[in-house]
Amino acid sequence: MSGKPRLTYCNGRGRMEPVRWLLAAAGVEFEEIFLETKEQYQKLINDGVLLFQQVPLVEIDGMKMVQTRAILSYIAGKYNLYGKDLKERALIDMYVEGIADLMQMILMFPFSPPEAKEKNLDSIKERATNRYFPVFEKVLKQHGQDFLVGNKFSWADVQLMEAILAVEEKIPAVLSGFPQLQAFKVRMSNMPTIKKFLQPGSPRKPPPDEHYIETVLKIFK
Amino acid sequence: MAGKPKLYYFDGRGKMESIRWLLAAAGVEFEEEFLETREQYEKLLKGGSLLFQQVPMVEIDGMKMVQTRAILSYIAAKHNLYGKDLKERALIDMYVGGTDDLMGFILMFPFLSAEDKEKQRAVIVQKATSRYFPAYEKVLKDHGQDFLVGNNFSWADVHLLEAILMVEEKKSDMLSGFPQLQAFKARISSIPTIKKFLEPGSQRKPVPDDKYVETVRRVLRMYYDIKAN
Repeated sequence: MSGKPRLTYCNGRGRMEPVRWLLAAAGVEFEEIFLETKEQYQKLINDGVLLFQQVPLVEIDGMKMVQTRAILSYIAGKYNLYGKDLKERALIDMYVEGIADLMQMILMFPFSPPEAKEKNLDSIKERATNRYFPVFEKVLKQHGQDFLVGNKFSWADVQLMEAILAVEEKIPAVLSGFPQLQAFKVRMSNMPTIKKFLQPGSPRKPPPDEHYIETVLKIFK
Repeated sequence: MAGKPKLYYFDGRGKMESIRWLLAAAGVEFEEEFLETREQYEKLLKGGSLLFQQVPMVEIDGMKMVQTRAILSYIAAKHNLYGKDLKERALIDMYVGGTDDLMGFILMFPFLSAEDKEKQRAVIVQKATSRYFPAYEKVLKDHGQDFLVGNNFSWADVHLLEAILMVEEKKSDMLSGFPQLQAFKARISSIPTIKKFLEPGSQRKPVPDDKYVETVRRVLRMYYDIKAN
């Protein structure tokens, strides 16, 4: 019994990746169980450990937590990454929810049919550059601080950093026109826990490939 | 300056309905501005009121809040409907996540074609009966308490009641086979603030109709076909 959080998911980003980011950013070591077969998944269901028959599952502090947002909120709360009061929490929640909407587009992208991929990529680019990135560019410009909320590192910063890198993988020049975000990205990359997470050998997962998509479809179809 | 929260949305349920429920359950009076025209929406956009160009938007305590989940979490915490500690909050978040997913199947229902509506109705019934309702039935059975979390009325109870009633609108005998949920429904419905919200004349919105769909499409210029998920 290690006491470390234990993550159960497929061996890839999906809905678990923000959890990996947040735990890593908080400097928390964790273990992972990777679902490879439908039988493994069915056993979890039969054992009654998945409240709504779904993963992500994170075993943490004696709880079998499901629902990505619930998991992330708990981790943020526990490790002081959720602001100092209700109003800061409200800002953080607004920002992470907005980013989650953008990340949802990226999440679904590998599963879209080939003929829809170009259109979906355009949508991601459009939303990132016209809806989401301008908001955070403005937030940072207006207060001139290093972090999005309350002059302190929070869940919102981690989530934004993850999103920037994920969009850049699809659209490399996406931050041109966003100087604040460029500086933000550099700052975040240099934070020790994040720097470590960005190095090879960390629990960070690579972009989804054919094998990952195949595995997901096999297990959950 | 009323000091009351002000809700900006269409005159219908959509994503705002859970917020109406929670404010009402907390006994908080609120005002509403209904979007009827594209011009109204563009005025909000130009005025910079919509952080991500979207509604729901709720003016509350000097903030222009967007993102339904953020708004609900704020209201829950402010009105002591979010448990007594981090672990109770975690449970509430998990339970609300489930009812949110369930209600998500119903959210786009009015926008579907007649044929897709029938398919989606079956999906809603199947998910409710085999995935969601059993989870909450077990929670209530296992601890035998009146409320889902910490023996105290919380956001999770409000959200579950809302989900139960919405699913029952699609198939009226949904709770047969779930005695705990039947009793839960009766108990929560009789809480004074909720009882009041369930009476005619409250700010609860009716089942969305074609006029509602038309308004949303017109205001958001959302004319593409919506497919079930």
